[in-house]
Amino acid sequence: MKIVGLSGSQIGSKTRIAMTATIKSLSEKYPEVETELIDLADYKMEFSDGRNYLDYEGDTGYVTKTLMEADAIVIGTPIFQASIPAALKNIFDLLPVNAFRDKVVSMLVTAGSAKHYMVADTQLKPILAYMKAQMVQTFVFVVEEDFYQKEIINHDVLLRIERLAEDTVVLTETFTKIREEKEAEYDF
Amino acid sequence: MEKYRINPDNGLEFGIYTLGDHLPDPATGERISAQQRIQDIIEYAGLAEQAGVEFFSVGESHQEFFATQAHAVVLSAIAQATKKIKIASSSTIISTSDPVRVYENFATLDLISGGRAEIVAGRASRIGLFDLLGYNVRNYEELFEEKFDLLRLINENEVVNWSGEFRAPLRNAQVLPRPVNGSLPIWRAVGGTPASAMKAGYAGVPMFMAHLGGAASTFKRTVDAYRDAARAGGHDPDELPIATAGFFYAAEDSQQALKDLYPHINEGMKRTNGGGFPKQLFAQGVDPHNIMNIGSPQQIIEKILHQHEVFGHQRYIAQIDFGGMPMDKLKRNLELIGTEIIPAIKKYTAKK
Repeated sequence: MKIVGLSGSQIGSKTRIAMTATIKSLSEKYPEVETELIDLADYKMEFSDGRNYLDYEGDTGYVTKTLMEADAIVIGTPIFQASIPAALKNIFDLLPVNAFRDKVVSMLVTAGSAKHYMVADTQLKPILAYMKAQMVQTFVFVVEEDFYQKEIINHDVLLRIERLAEDTVVLTETFTKIREEKEAEYDF
Repeated sequence: MEKYRINPDNGLEFGIYTLGDHLPDPATGERISAQQRIQDIIEYAGLAEQAGVEFFSVGESHQEFFATQAHAVVLSAIAQATKKIKIASSSTIISTSDPVRVYENFATLDLISGGRAEIVAGRASRIGLFDLLGYNVRNYEELFEEKFDLLRLINENEVVNWSGEFRAPLRNAQVLPRPVNGSLPIWRAVGGTPASAMKAGYAGVPMFMAHLGGAASTFKRTVDAYRDAARAGGHDPDELPIATAGFFYAAEDSQQALKDLYPHINEGMKRTNGGGFPKQLFAQGVDPHNIMNIGSPQQIIEKILHQHEVFGHQRYIAQIDFGGMPMDKLKRNLELIGTEIIPAIKKYTAKK
């Protein structure tokens, strides 16, 4: 199983810090799971121009191919202007319409205000559903007060991250098993 | 229809196309050489002709896992190796070629083959060739529309006066040689959506509709949109042929057909398109109303006749060789096509 963490912003540090904690939690609890963290701040991404994802080169090609090869993806996103960042939306635009078919996708949201709590439900989940993701319905929502000096200090957030990691793995295992059994029935 | 060398009284035409893909056989993991693949395609066309197949076409794709980038050259060898089968491209990416050169090639092909050449012009689904051939992908649509119009203009007029954005103007330009009967059948490749079909319809150009899977009735909307657009553009839909093209595989029974074909499609699409074909959708391919023609010869006959009833099309084109399909399986398919499928289709669709 390969799980890719995607920190979906080029600005700020909260999402990256929370995603690093998520990947750490995953690899401690599930050493057999291969993990990778892609922080979009580290990559020079092109805007989608409509081509097949295989036709992108450089960082854009690397990020799209790595996501397409993953069994599960944990998406970390801040909330900008009451929505997901353009950098993250661009990732969705770069991928094919069925990109998340047979993949589990879970979410972690950081925000400056708890008033943005519904943004993932109203804006991120519809995109993931359209792209055929199996979603971990419960996401982790982290606000400014949960951080101090570039660290998460709210233990409840850390416990929720642990549960997110666990749910992502369990759901991926479950859907993989169901799919394998179903595919074996076809006998071709 | 005469202009397009189609006589509806002869019933639904049965054709075969190859994208010219060059992929490993998933059963062995081995890939034949590009030379062998090209020789196989030429042989495949000859065997198709012997089996009574009426049309054979070769695609142009400029990327890894393909071998017929120079598809007109391959078609020229096929023209020499065959006597009566119609030969065409599927498709020629007109957007990144000079229509004058394309026309010269295919008119020459028509002379070599004794009047059997046709052009199917498309826009390319993968766009690496824009960089390779020096075009800007931002002009994806404009390049196609301008060059396709010019290609048709050359087809209708021996002397051309033309100017456009993407090519030097032509002043009293004579494009030679001319085809055997003065003009070539030129089709527009359509990806299955009504929007794309309507462009062919408005221009009054024959439609070559490629499809993956799904209910035949879904594609009927595309066919209707094409004919409505043709009427709106002042053309008579009864004079415009329609071809449909998609996956085909015949075996003893449908389960065997699924088993033989699935790994080729799934692995091949992963490599050429970046995503496999879900088993659930593929299993539905044997359904009588599904547009994929997979099953026993009898099931396929019923499917093709159903499609003919729904679409009223003039030509069906089967893709069998995708994804490293070995020659022996292609030969077995041609045998079933020649001995069972074509005779039945002709029996029910040809006017006595």
